[in-house]
Amino acid sequence: MKGVAITGVGMHPFGRFDGVSTTDMGVSAVRAALREAGVTKGGFQAAFCGTAYGGVATGHKVLSRLGMTGMPIVDVEAGCASGGAALMLAAGAIRAGQYDTVLVFGTEKMPKGIIRSSFFEPWQEEAGLAATPAFFALRAQKLAMSSGVTKDHLAQVVVKNRRHGTSNGDAMFQKGITAAEVLASRVVCEPLHLFMLCSPNEGAAAVVLSRQDMATNSQATPITLASAVLRSHLPGSVLSESTPLSGLTDDTVPPATTLAARDAFAEAGLGPEDLDVVECQDTDAARELLSYEELGLCEPGGSAALLESGDTMLGGRLPVNPSGGLLSKGEPLGASALGQVVELVRQLRGECGARQVERARVALSHTVGRGANAGVVILTR
Amino acid sequence: MVKEGLFTDSEAPELLGSRCTICAAHHFPRHDTCPYCSSEETQPAALSAVGVLWAWTAVTAAPPGYRGETPYGVGVVELPEGIRVITRLTESDPAALVAGQSMELRIVPLHTDDEGNEVVTFAFAPVGES
Repeated sequence: MKGVAITGVGMHPFGRFDGVSTTDMGVSAVRAALREAGVTKGGFQAAFCGTAYGGVATGHKVLSRLGMTGMPIVDVEAGCASGGAALMLAAGAIRAGQYDTVLVFGTEKMPKGIIRSSFFEPWQEEAGLAATPAFFALRAQKLAMSSGVTKDHLAQVVVKNRRHGTSNGDAMFQKGITAAEVLASRVVCEPLHLFMLCSPNEGAAAVVLSRQDMATNSQATPITLASAVLRSHLPGSVLSESTPLSGLTDDTVPPATTLAARDAFAEAGLGPEDLDVVECQDTDAARELLSYEELGLCEPGGSAALLESGDTMLGGRLPVNPSGGLLSKGEPLGASALGQVVELVRQLRGECGARQVERARVALSHTVGRGANAGVVILTR
Repeated sequence: MVKEGLFTDSEAPELLGSRCTICAAHHFPRHDTCPYCSSEETQPAALSAVGVLWAWTAVTAAPPGYRGETPYGVGVVELPEGIRVITRLTESDPAALVAGQSMELRIVPLHTDDEGNEVVTFAFAPVGES
């Protein structure tokens, strides 16, 4: 994809904010992104809003509050990848010449505890077959079998990301944690302990996209959106994020993340070897390691070795989740993908202070979840 | 039962799946369209009641909408038809199970509904366990 730039980003911190509405958080993130982009009322021709639990016309409520309506406003739901889906639609419209500047934002207030999803039929919930952490745990166990991932590895992912998150003022958890503390937390679904799972929470994020040749009003360095891809699953894998009740005894079906990554790399004319920094889906600690393999950051079976090498820590060859990841930030579904993009834009601009990845020029964001929906975004400067 | 059409509740219970007559893949639950090749040529097929354990865990806290006891086992059992099925397990201690062990279908009590009726569901148990 040529010619689309991110000219402004904004965030409402991720956490729990009693008394602050979904609309309030969206307003805060959108206002910050527009200010950075130098875009005012009338300066964007369309808006896409990622949200899963926001309800009818969430995007309209945010923009009505700002007195900025009249353009098409479309809410986009694609599970954990809602923000990535919104970005894909916006970028495609700019590339097609339909719009010059598009606002993309996500805002969410998640219910507390295990996520209840209308995706499942009532009988599945009743029978205990709609327990999201159980699916995470089954994937973690298969990864243990295929890649030698141990509980210690899972704890190390949490330690790494929580350490990264200590300097992120937008994160829910800004305190480090030890492996012993992770392993002492209660078992939710073997092998996953409580602190290996991210917290569903609240927050918002926004980005302004423009035709690259019109990205001149921005207060900050424009970042190139090299690709923004959304893919769904192919049928066959019983542990796909599509959470089917059955699958085939065929382990060759590529997962949605791999489909999205292949397309995103092809579109950008880049490969995993070109990446300097990655934000990936770490809804649970095993999911981060699985993402290494599915995104092609390592060979199949190589995720534990990649973690052990230290390459994915800040200061390593390819830092993963320098923001602290969802394990530090928490996961507001509609905003989480755009939260990653905000972090990566700031990384590419060199604005990240203590968690800055040195000389970062190529960045990848990855989200995957219910649907299945997998989003991969590649940014360059 | 927790939902009609998923399984038979008898001495020799069966999961009610289907088979595509075009690509030969089996599915569960029963579909009128093959989820793999999209053909509409599917036939009802009862699935084998014995398979092998492929993945497993246990849920320790009740998820939203759940009406049964905790902890409870959840896993994947691979059946000879070339299909892997998500299922409850009668064993809720993950340490008591091993990969590849034989598992057989059972119909088990889930909870008692608001009218006092026992609701049953399907689960897999280690072969030979009473």
